[in-house]
Amino acid sequence: MTKPLLEVEDLRVRFHLRTGIVEAVRGVSFQLGHERLGIVGESGSGKSQTGRAILGLTPPPGEVVAKRLTFDGIDLLTASKRTLRTLRGGRISMVMQDPKYSLNPVMTIGEQIIEAYQAHRKASRGEARDKTLAMLEAVKMRDPSRVFSLYPHEVSGGMGQRAMIAMMLVTDPDMLIADEPTSALDVTVQMEVLRILDELVAERGMGLIFISHDLKLVSSFCDRVLVMYAGHVVEELEARHLREAKHPYTQGLMNCLPKLKDDIRPLPTLNRDPAWAL
Amino acid sequence: MTEPMLDIQNLSVVFGTGRLRVDAVKDVSFHVEPGASFGLVGESGSGKSTVLRAVCGLAPISGGRVMVNGQAVKSPRDKSFYRTAQMVFQDPYASLHPRHTVDRTLSEPLAIHGEKNAEARILEALREVGLGPSFRFRYPHQLSGGQRQRIAIARALILRPKILLLDEPTSALDASVQAEVLNLLDELRVRLGLTYVLVSHDLAVVAHLCDRLLVMRQGEAVEETTAAALRSGQAANEYTRALIQASQGFARDGVEPVLV
Repeated sequence: MTKPLLEVEDLRVRFHLRTGIVEAVRGVSFQLGHERLGIVGESGSGKSQTGRAILGLTPPPGEVVAKRLTFDGIDLLTASKRTLRTLRGGRISMVMQDPKYSLNPVMTIGEQIIEAYQAHRKASRGEARDKTLAMLEAVKMRDPSRVFSLYPHEVSGGMGQRAMIAMMLVTDPDMLIADEPTSALDVTVQMEVLRILDELVAERGMGLIFISHDLKLVSSFCDRVLVMYAGHVVEELEARHLREAKHPYTQGLMNCLPKLKDDIRPLPTLNRDPAWAL
Repeated sequence: MTEPMLDIQNLSVVFGTGRLRVDAVKDVSFHVEPGASFGLVGESGSGKSTVLRAVCGLAPISGGRVMVNGQAVKSPRDKSFYRTAQMVFQDPYASLHPRHTVDRTLSEPLAIHGEKNAEARILEALREVGLGPSFRFRYPHQLSGGQRQRIAIARALILRPKILLLDEPTSALDASVQAEVLNLLDELRVRLGLTYVLVSHDLAVVAHLCDRLLVMRQGEAVEETTAAALRSGQAANEYTRALIQASQGFARDGVEPVLV
């Protein structure tokens, strides 16, 4: 077996607040190879903070502690800011939730992708432009040269998110962190964006961390799923064995969704056991 | 045949004029029987929320007819209209006044309508949505998302309306909280004999709460169908089928989706 791409051991994210210390992530450990890993949880479970901590994007006054946090042998905790800058966007990329907020509103989509490319690769403007157009085509934009010169407000949410994915993948990263990449999109568009993401990830053999609150979506998209509750992982399982989930939280989360196929009422609700949070 | 509680005939809603003209709703008709629950489904921009807003006076009625409880609605809506129909909005983080306590939020509609006995009514409204009297003097930031949505429902119910217009009432909530709110809505409808019109992009939610539903796309009605038909996978329209497919999770080509 090859060495894992990312190793996380006992990751903790703490916020020192006036009211005391809040631990958003409490001892998360996992390894990622060239596979699709899903992280599921409800709001406040620490799933997004886990993704951000890996990239060193924990907002101040947050503090990241871990026994081990390495990417391809590089220790991310002790790495210099310069090293981190070359890694971020170069070898590790992140797709955020809402394209409305994550794209620069005063730059055309093409310019933004060129900027991302030139920040990490030595390339002439012409080369970067060709690469950008090829990437826009790879994310199934109908008319790449037209989209190239559009501003973010001129495209729909689905197109914006595809542009975001194009920008993140233009540098051929080894690992992609997608934090709720499709939550702001319509169901039908969601599937389209996921299909593109799936193809590109499979084609390039990237490692993918897919963060979402949607258990159903994650289990149908990923190979392996981590279920998080109150800052730690309560269960790790193969996505296709989701139905055999053992932890009552995972089971509860699955059962409380209304289903199209059968009509159960009242819907089973989740009885939170305080012991899960320990 | 009973008179429908809400009857919408050839409704159209137009925003702007000339070059900026947008036909948000085009010629949509449906009716809802008293005590029934009707769903509007579609993607963003399909005009489903605009239909609700047109009913309660937040969007203009540019053509067609809206009858509530057997009477055509007046513009502006009068007090008796708001005694009949009330609305619950999508985002409970935005629809409650951040500087008003629960008590003040709930007493406002009572004061406007000159209702007596405010104290008892507020306590009753809180009990109805499953919150205790201890919540009465809290501010919205002291409540969780699900509790806020319960307060928004209590505010809508405190005037004892007959119709509740629900605009994506659970899409801002976590799955487990969504289940609680859906159960509450289900129970209230039976107990108080309410009529619901529910807008959602989530087919499963609509199928759970509603008997009949209308699929909308780009301002037009695509197909009126029943929850039972959706369950058995019958849909005449291709767009409806695409929605059903999409609601079942991601499917790789040639691989059956894992149904959870």
